[in-house]
Amino acid sequence: MSVEVQGVTKIYGEQRAVDNLSFEVKKGEILGFLGPNGAGKSTTMKIITGYLHADEGTTLVNGYNAVTDPVRVKSLIGYLPEHNPLYPELYVREYLRIMANIQHVSDPTRKVEEVIELTGLTRECKKRVGALSKGYRQRVGLAQALIHDPEVLILDEPTSGLDPNQLAEIRELIKSLGAEKTVIFSTHIMQEVQAICDRVVIIDRGKMVLDKPIAYLAELRIDARMVRVQFDREINMNTLKKLTGVTNIEKGEETGEYRIYSNKDVDLRPVIFRYAVDKTLVILEMQQQKSTVEDVFQYLTKK
Amino acid sequence: MVAILKKEIIHFFGSLIGLMTIAVFLLVLGLMMWVLPDYSILNYPYASLDQLFIIAPAIFIFLVPAVTMRTFADEYTSGNFEMLRTKPITLFDIVMGKYLAALFLVSLALLPTLIYYYSVYQLGSPIGNIDGGEIAASYLALFFLAASFCAIGILSSALTRNQIVAFLMGSFLCFFFHWVFFYLSKLPVFFGRWDDLVQQLGIDHHYISMSRGVIDTRDLIYFVSFIGIFLILTILAIGKDK
Repeated sequence: MSVEVQGVTKIYGEQRAVDNLSFEVKKGEILGFLGPNGAGKSTTMKIITGYLHADEGTTLVNGYNAVTDPVRVKSLIGYLPEHNPLYPELYVREYLRIMANIQHVSDPTRKVEEVIELTGLTRECKKRVGALSKGYRQRVGLAQALIHDPEVLILDEPTSGLDPNQLAEIRELIKSLGAEKTVIFSTHIMQEVQAICDRVVIIDRGKMVLDKPIAYLAELRIDARMVRVQFDREINMNTLKKLTGVTNIEKGEETGEYRIYSNKDVDLRPVIFRYAVDKTLVILEMQQQKSTVEDVFQYLTKK
Repeated sequence: MVAILKKEIIHFFGSLIGLMTIAVFLLVLGLMMWVLPDYSILNYPYASLDQLFIIAPAIFIFLVPAVTMRTFADEYTSGNFEMLRTKPITLFDIVMGKYLAALFLVSLALLPTLIYYYSVYQLGSPIGNIDGGEIAASYLALFFLAASFCAIGILSSALTRNQIVAFLMGSFLCFFFHWVFFYLSKLPVFFGRWDDLVQQLGIDHHYISMSRGVIDTRDLIYFVSFIGIFLILTILAIGKDK
């Protein structure tokens, strides 16, 4: 067992930032850690790294306790914090060299070159950290997390603020790292989780909402279905509401566009079609929205 | 610890502020000792460096906190403190690394003043008519004074996220522990009874005693325990808020 979180609670004043949270991540597994802002993702990650201490419960990394064996736990973990603090005055190599020394890496010069290569920093490695773009700074952050070849990688929103190409590269990198290492990473982007994770943990207000293999998400159905329809002109929304099966209507952004909701076992499309024929409306567009992982996320964390 | 020490030194010279601080120190000291008439060595009838050892503590009250002010305050605001705390190093390593780096940098600022010794040595009549032993002891005393001020500065920086506050607090505490006990001892409450004891609490007392050329174990014990107490307080300060 690589990382174990057992009944962890962290209290800030009145607020329970993390509330009796338990999960496990096995070696070689990539865990997507999801939740809305302020759900306690970063706090949980900081507790696993040993930076914060839990008020209740314990975290184990390869069986070592983060509170009683902090140096051992820290040497097993590579951590990229959310705000990725670096020293902007230093050069990329200089910075990585310092981080290698702090991690007691045995052959720092070779290792620095290795992570520069691995994270695709070769072109930018002669610059000062402060002169790099956000995407490259993120890579430097990732490089310092990898410098000591850690068994566990904890990445707090590693892909925020990257352009689509960088995004794809970093995801690819995380995925390849996940072959040998245990990776926990947090994100807001659901597709990312689908693309690279083996398992997903969703938390909300510090509590566990979902802890399932990634395949489970695809099967999950939500209670509501939605049909997006665009007529050639505006209509009276009350007449639509009277149709059988309609639970709610929202007006869309464009003229004549509506979002019509029903329960999950009702197909509204024939009903809407007949309605349009009755009112001599022209349907420009009609589409039934399938439940995406985004919806699952919203649905699970809304209440 | 060595890694942190190296990092601090690279970091210090990575920004111009570091070199500026040392340059300003040497400039002020040079002006006071050689150019401006009041303390000028050239106006002084004896070949000695007494002026250096009178002026330097006063300048150190500002120089040392300027060197140490960013040690922790900067790491707190940038988020790098969190980064360091997730590395496999202890609080002791962090504090000692940073403390030794600060002490090294302050000593580095002091190093060019050896030229003054050489100058006065050459200016003496006959050449070399200068008490080398006393000067060596004075340098040692100044080193211990700087070491104490560094410990104060490091603690001040550990207590706040704001560099300016760290600087002001550090300067005040250096001033307080250096001089205030001497003047306090003159208060009627202490005078004639405990004034000797109160005076011995100040850095000043031990600094002067050591610069006379007598290395007294009591002075050494004072400096070492003073530094130790401030470094332990620093470790406690950065270890809170888990």
